[in-house]
Amino acid sequence: MGRVIINSLSKSFAKENESITALRDINLEIRDDEFVCFVGPSGCGKTTLLRIIAGLETATAGSVTLDGEAITGPDPKRGMVFQEYSLFPWRTVTENIAFGLEMKGAPKSERSRTAREYLDLVGLAQFADHYPYELSGGMRQRVAIARALANDPDVLLMDEPFGALDAQTRNRMQKELLSIWEKTRKTIVFVTHSVDEAVYLADRIVVLSGRPGTVREVLDLPWARPRDRTSTEFADIRRYVLQLINEGEQTQ
Amino acid sequence: MNIRLHSRIRRELLTALSVAAAIVLWQVVAEFIVDNRIILPSFTDVVAAFLSPAVMNSLLIDLGTSLLHFGVGLGAALLIGIPLGVGMGWFRTLDSLADPIIEVLRPIPPLAWIPFAIIWFGLTTQAAGFVIFVGAFFPILTGAYTGLRGVPKTFVEAGKVLGCDTNLELIRHIALPAALPAIASGIRVAMGVGWMCLVAAEIFGVSRYGIGHKLWVSYSLQNMPNVVVYMLILGFLGLVIDRLFRAYTDSRLLRWRTGEVV
Repeated sequence: MGRVIINSLSKSFAKENESITALRDINLEIRDDEFVCFVGPSGCGKTTLLRIIAGLETATAGSVTLDGEAITGPDPKRGMVFQEYSLFPWRTVTENIAFGLEMKGAPKSERSRTAREYLDLVGLAQFADHYPYELSGGMRQRVAIARALANDPDVLLMDEPFGALDAQTRNRMQKELLSIWEKTRKTIVFVTHSVDEAVYLADRIVVLSGRPGTVREVLDLPWARPRDRTSTEFADIRRYVLQLINEGEQTQ
Repeated sequence: MNIRLHSRIRRELLTALSVAAAIVLWQVVAEFIVDNRIILPSFTDVVAAFLSPAVMNSLLIDLGTSLLHFGVGLGAALLIGIPLGVGMGWFRTLDSLADPIIEVLRPIPPLAWIPFAIIWFGLTTQAAGFVIFVGAFFPILTGAYTGLRGVPKTFVEAGKVLGCDTNLELIRHIALPAALPAIASGIRVAMGVGWMCLVAAEIFGVSRYGIGHKLWVSYSLQNMPNVVVYMLILGFLGLVIDRLFRAYTDSRLLRWRTGEVV
């Protein structure tokens, strides 16, 4: 299960004696097994919203629940893949993936078996004993995905995970992520600044408007995958979302 | 391969040449220009002094005593400095509480503590250890503190979402390993400072043995070749300790940290 309900959520924080509203009155329901992308102008609070779902930040008002349970802090039930390299450089690939299980107190045999399984899933079996510095950017993010999945979370939160990768690697990673998603059927909430990426990946795109962030529009994309980036419908949707974001930027 | 080997041999040859030239120069200047073994003992004087019973008979016990002083002081500094530095780096409250006191004590030169070291501990191993402790403590504390402060936020957050949630767990599994290079470099600085304090503590006569102690006794007897022997032993031993520590940390840290040398 992995059903996330965001209920009239607002977030403001203090900056130099004034209060800034980052998010205002967000209402959203993310269904189980769904792949949802958040897009919006930079500074619209899409990452903040994701971090609130992760429990790394707290909302000023409103609530977020996962399968009916209120989110109060970080929890292994909500896996997270960060924007930049968050792998522990002092641990090998296998030890990184097994970290969550180690924290749970799982026995060593189970840890290495599960790590192996997820290593295979992301196609890095031959790098099991490498240290993160020996891996390319794309490989590191694949390990980060495997590490988050190894905890068997109900929902996978991804904060611009491919933002630092070159265009080619990025396209390949998107394809791989979809195949991982089809195999594991996790709910995925994915923040990106690339509309192209969102249209390629998502079941639904949540377009946020500029500061304070509000939900401007939610678009359903019930198309089959893999999607053709060069098709006219792809281009139309992309143009439409970009237009929404641009308008959002102007009102900012 | 061939070129690599070639350049290595070349470098070693140059090193040997440089040492040999320095020794020859030293010998010539001492023997023919200065010609006074109190002002400048020659290389051969020093070699003879090193092999003399006065040095040899007590060399092992002197080395042992000095290393004991050093070990006691450094051990205490590690035992108190690392937990305190880690605690101050992690807990804001502890930082605010301890920082003012540390800022007052830190600028006091370690040697200024010698009178109290003797009053509190008498002329004992602990007194020498205490002076070394004062010298080694602050670099260790600072290393651990800055290391903990520099732990990337993403590592901590990644740990939290993976189920590592208590302070103790986060320190143990995230902050300490991430801060290890900084901690190691603090210890390395501390060992250098501690080594300097060792000589001063022993000169103040905290024991009947020890390299620093012997150095001072030789000076009182105007036996300058012996003074040079003990100076060289101190330098050499300091170098060996530093190299051993570095080899140890490199083998442990460099596995995951490339290009970084503590």
